[in-house]
Parts: sequence; structure tokens; C-alpha cells
Amino acid sequence: MPMRLLMALAAILLAGLPAVSQAGGKQVAPVADPLTQKVCGECHLAFPPGFLPARSWSALMADLSDHFGEEIVLPAGQAAQIEAYLVSHAGDAPGGGGLREFMRWVAPTGIPRRITENPAFLREHDFPDRVWRDPKVVTRSNCLACHPGASRGWFDD
Amino acid sequence: MKRRYLLVLAAAAIGLPLAAIAAAGSPERAAILAEYATRARAADPGFSGFSMQRGEALFRGSFSGGDARTPSCMSCHTADPRQPGRNAKTGRPIDPVAVSVDPRRYTDAAQVDKHFARDCKSVLGRDCTALERGDYITFMAGQ
Repeated sequence: MPMRLLMALAAILLAGLPAVSQAGGKQVAPVADPLTQKVCGECHLAFPPGFLPARSWSALMADLSDHFGEEIVLPAGQAAQIEAYLVSHAGDAPGGGGLREFMRWVAPTGIPRRITENPAFLREHDFPDRVWRDPKVVTRSNCLACHPGASRGWFDD
Repeated sequence: MKRRYLLVLAAAAIGLPLAAIAAAGSPERAAILAEYATRARAADPGFSGFSMQRGEALFRGSFSGGDARTPSCMSCHTADPRQPGRNAKTGRPIDPVAVSVDPRRYTDAAQVDKHFARDCKSVLGRDCTALERGDYITFMAGQ
């Protein structure tokens, strides 16, 4: 009986897993705007806008003088254009790149700046330190180090 | 004697600009270098042209004024500019910066300005001078 109970519990837990791993199990809408792709992609993967809520993108684009320690200088008008694209394709925007599930973990009033702090991300990237210290990883936001299809929205592997 | 002298002069007259064009490689790159040369001359009337050697010294030098993760150009571009590099902050792969591998390098003035501003600040902790920019491109044009 305890055995059966355990198995039932395990089944329930396993059934819950697809919900958690959904962000990794299907294609995420990649950046489709050429300007956003070019400008963001000059330094890092142009992250799919669905990974953050609209208010996060607005906060990031409003603070380009300290973008994770970097000062980003853009020609007039570019920042507004990029922000408009990111906001309209954010995780909580209509459609949201199919990432409503990922957005579930964002506090209603929270303005996360790092995709890598989402509990859903942390759950799927619970690796020992040596994985993160691999020279080709460099930083947790370097999706491409392990997801070769990240630019096209594939985070399945 | 006089004729030989003339021939040497003629060869120099043709050869020097050809060498300059070969180093610049594209009209766009030549224009960028010309602009930097004008600015370098304005800063120092003794300016006598860009130097591949100075460009290489800048590329290989180690500096302490910038971001601790990027003490050198080589921090991201590796010791061989013909090889792909990796952004030392984000891990993003970087295409080779040597012109022989990617002839489109240093041909878009706005892009060149933007990247020097970003990367010089990161490595040196300040913007590069026109002399340094011209030297760097001259070095890469020969790589």
C-alpha cells in the first residue's frame, strides 16, 4: 500500500513536469525584428522577447547607460524602436511567444531583469558548478553554449 | 642614369598608392582610414601614416584601465585575428576580425565607430585615438 501510494505520488509529480519544462520543450518565438536582432545580437544572443514581461523590457531599455555594467550608446530613435518590438512581443503580451507558462513564475509586481532568475529557468538548469565554469559558457545567459538552435528559438536540448 | 632614376620614381609613384589600396582593400575602408588620418594629423602635425607594427602592439598589449574581463583585444579575439573569438563577457561567438578572412571588416563607418567606442572603453578604459584606430585597422588589413 505505501508502495502504491509512492507510485501514485511519483505519477502526480511526473505529470507536473511537462508544465514546468514547457519553455524548453517547444520552439520559442525568436526575435524577428531586424534592428532588434542586429543591435542586441552584436554583444549577445538576441533573447526571445517572450522570456520577460513587457515591464522588464521597458525597464531594461530605459536604463541603457548601465546595461549589466555596460554603457550602450545607440543612434537616436533606435532604443524606442527596439523597445516597441520587445514590449509588443513580451511574455505577457497577447501571444507572448508561447511563454505564458514561463511568465507564471514572475511575481505580479516584479520587474525581473535576468531571464536566468526565473524559477523555471533555474529548475531546468540545476547543474553542478563545473558545468557553469566551462570556458565556453562564460556566463549563464550564454544560451548558445549549450543550445545551438537558440537563435532560432530552440531550447529543447 | 637619369632614365633609371625616372623609372624608380615612376615605380614608387605607382607602387606606393597600390600598396595603400591593397592594405585598405576597399574604397569604404580607405575612406575610413583617410578620415582617421585627417584626425590623427590634426592631433599631431608630425603624423606620418599608420603603422601595422603599432596596430599589432595595441592588439597584443595588456591594459589595466578597462573591464577586468577584457585586459586585451586578445581577451575576445584570441591571439590569432584569423580565428573566431568569443565575447569574454557574454560568451557570444565572434567572427574573425582579420580582413583576409572577412573582407567586409572595417567597411561600415558607423559600425566601426560604434565598435571602437565600445571595445576601447572595455579594454583601455577610454576611447581610442584616431591614430590607434588607424593603426589597428592597418594591422587587421594585413592579417
